[in-house]
Amino acid sequence: MKKRWISLYVENYSGVLAKVAGLFSAKAYNLDSLTVGATEDPTVSRMTIGVISDDATFEQIKKQLNRCVEVIKVIDFTSIPIHRNELLYIKVACPAKEDREEIFRIAQAFGAAVIDCDMENVLLQCVQTEQRNDSLIALIRDNFKDIEVVRGGSVAIESISMM
Amino acid sequence: MKQLKGTSLFVKALKEEGVDTVFGYPGGMVTDIFDELYKEDGIEVILPRHEQALIHEADGYARSTGKVGVCLVTSGPGAANTVTGIATAYYDSVPLVCFSGQVPLHLIGNDAFQEVDIIGMTRGICKFGMILKNREDLGRVIKEAFYIARTGKPGPVVIDLPKNLMVEMGSAEYPKEVNIRGYKPSTGVHIGQLKKAMGLLWKAKKPLMLIGGGVNIARAGALLTQFVEETKIPVVTTIMGKGAIDTDHPYYIGNLGMHGEYAANMAVSECDVLYSIGTRFSDRVTSKISEFAKNAQIVHIDIDSAAISKNIKVDIPIVADAGEALAAMLKYNKRCDTDEWMEIIRGWKAEHPLGMKPARGVCPETVIEYINKTFKESIVVTDVGQHQMWTTQYLELTKGKQLLTSGGMGTMGYGLPAAIGAKLGNPDKPVICISGDGGMQMNIQEMATAVAHELPVIICIMNNGYLGMVRQIQELFYSRHYSSVCTCWRKGCDTKCGGPSSKCPPYSTDFVKLAEAYDAMGIRVEKEEEIAPAFEKAMQNTKGPTIIEFIIDRKDMVYPIVQGGKPLTDMILE
Repeated sequence: MKKRWISLYVENYSGVLAKVAGLFSAKAYNLDSLTVGATEDPTVSRMTIGVISDDATFEQIKKQLNRCVEVIKVIDFTSIPIHRNELLYIKVACPAKEDREEIFRIAQAFGAAVIDCDMENVLLQCVQTEQRNDSLIALIRDNFKDIEVVRGGSVAIESISMM
Repeated sequence: MKQLKGTSLFVKALKEEGVDTVFGYPGGMVTDIFDELYKEDGIEVILPRHEQALIHEADGYARSTGKVGVCLVTSGPGAANTVTGIATAYYDSVPLVCFSGQVPLHLIGNDAFQEVDIIGMTRGICKFGMILKNREDLGRVIKEAFYIARTGKPGPVVIDLPKNLMVEMGSAEYPKEVNIRGYKPSTGVHIGQLKKAMGLLWKAKKPLMLIGGGVNIARAGALLTQFVEETKIPVVTTIMGKGAIDTDHPYYIGNLGMHGEYAANMAVSECDVLYSIGTRFSDRVTSKISEFAKNAQIVHIDIDSAAISKNIKVDIPIVADAGEALAAMLKYNKRCDTDEWMEIIRGWKAEHPLGMKPARGVCPETVIEYINKTFKESIVVTDVGQHQMWTTQYLELTKGKQLLTSGGMGTMGYGLPAAIGAKLGNPDKPVICISGDGGMQMNIQEMATAVAHELPVIICIMNNGYLGMVRQIQELFYSRHYSSVCTCWRKGCDTKCGGPSSKCPPYSTDFVKLAEAYDAMGIRVEKEEEIAPAFEKAMQNTKGPTIIEFIIDRKDMVYPIVQGGKPLTDMILE
């Protein structure tokens, strides 16, 4: 079992997201992350999907996606150099001054941006791989009691220079 | 530019697709379409008595003619009732286009009267589904629906038509061509792979062909027969593949699987190369996967790449239409030396031939044998249950004969409506429906449809007063706890009854009277010598359906049986 990434070009009309997501739930595939948005062509959307599966199931997932009429193209990112990032927001309650300073230091170390704050809360925005976001969340969770996490799921695109 | 109302373009589209029969049940949101069909003489509209049966009728029509079955139902309950039928067609790869009415676009989401999200409900059980959002897309959407339904691995397509769009004026054009960027059905055969696959066959000592429904759908039985005759390789079939080669052919062994023939299950377990075409290796075929054909290298040819290596890991995968693959195979074939292997197989056949023990009442095998010898060119349609398995075991299928059965979904209530659809599509062929007393009553209302259209379908009900297939599982594997399977049961019966006795109440449905209530003919057969006269009488009734109710032994079993999860060699034979 391991984490894998797929990119899908799909028709951009209503019901396509439900079709793809429904396929994963109906066949009990382990969907980890799914993002979707329109491409430069407004009739086409692109999905980035993270799944956890064994090799045989992964092959089956790709085939099942390919046979959907709404799916235009399936790209397996397993052995393709890509850029992949996830948007993460973490709101941390830190009324003490030294806690706020600690959060600012952590943000700097992780390359996260402080995008909002008052005297009791700090809001971080981090655009990193989901593993790095996992680490940031783990670190903050271990040191601060009152936190709020929202993650956007990963988007990915093929690399230009490393192809 | 010329403009047409949506409904007029709809009817024009059906005519361009060559549709002459529509299975339709009216309702509020499709009344406009029915009004347009009323004006059109070239399309016959068949009115069933329930929308589930409607889909099965279109399904029987499509399977037996090879044409796309066309369905038209209203929104809400009309659409929701089609779900079982659509799933049945999907699992057996039957080309259908199902049009459902929908509330006007501006009411969608308001919980309007008779509004359901039929596209959402059928998303996992159809090949493609979409709701029309623009009148201008109507022509293209219908064109694509027919194309998707009949090409590649065929299947049902659902198109939801909001009422307001169907009365809107718009383009009168029906497109000639289809171009769907996400749907390019596979064509051709990879000759390199094919040669490799056939190379395995020539080296094999115990080669075996495993033929599934794909060969029947491709109508490639003649090519298969020629291949087998030239190579001398024996054949086993799945239930859906039965009839692809004549069942009396010397190289045909039988069906494999849960209720497969002893020799067929042994052959697949002992073969060294398994050359499969058009099957998806369902669990009813393979039983315990790790033990399935474990001595064999496996070739798998299927039009659906997702069917390959889904259940069974294969050595040589080939994505191709069964007919195209067989045509290509004929170019490279040669005779194999299978004499010794055939000797072994004949030994198994002799050791445990199929056959029912004579029981009290009428023996189902005898009834099926009568059908075998009486109806030469015919279509036999089954429901689901014990009678279905007996039919798949004992029915002889030779040129001109066809078996229609719900294999993948196992839908009770399929038999009668599918037989009606088959008869509508094949008015000159005898159509025999074999059903059980359980399944028959799941769509009994279709007797009215058969009577209305004067369809002389012969309906054989194997009545044992039980949901027999489940009863048999309870008998073998659930300590004879006959839980909710007795159809004779009445209030006052012992709920823990251990089986039939002299105290059993009479069976409550009088099928003879029921037939008469529908203005049809009903005959009850309780003794073997009554079989022939009953059929003769039924054959003389050319103006409507005949029910022949066969009173069979309450305890008849289907053998062999392989318990779920056990290897195919682990057959209970009697």
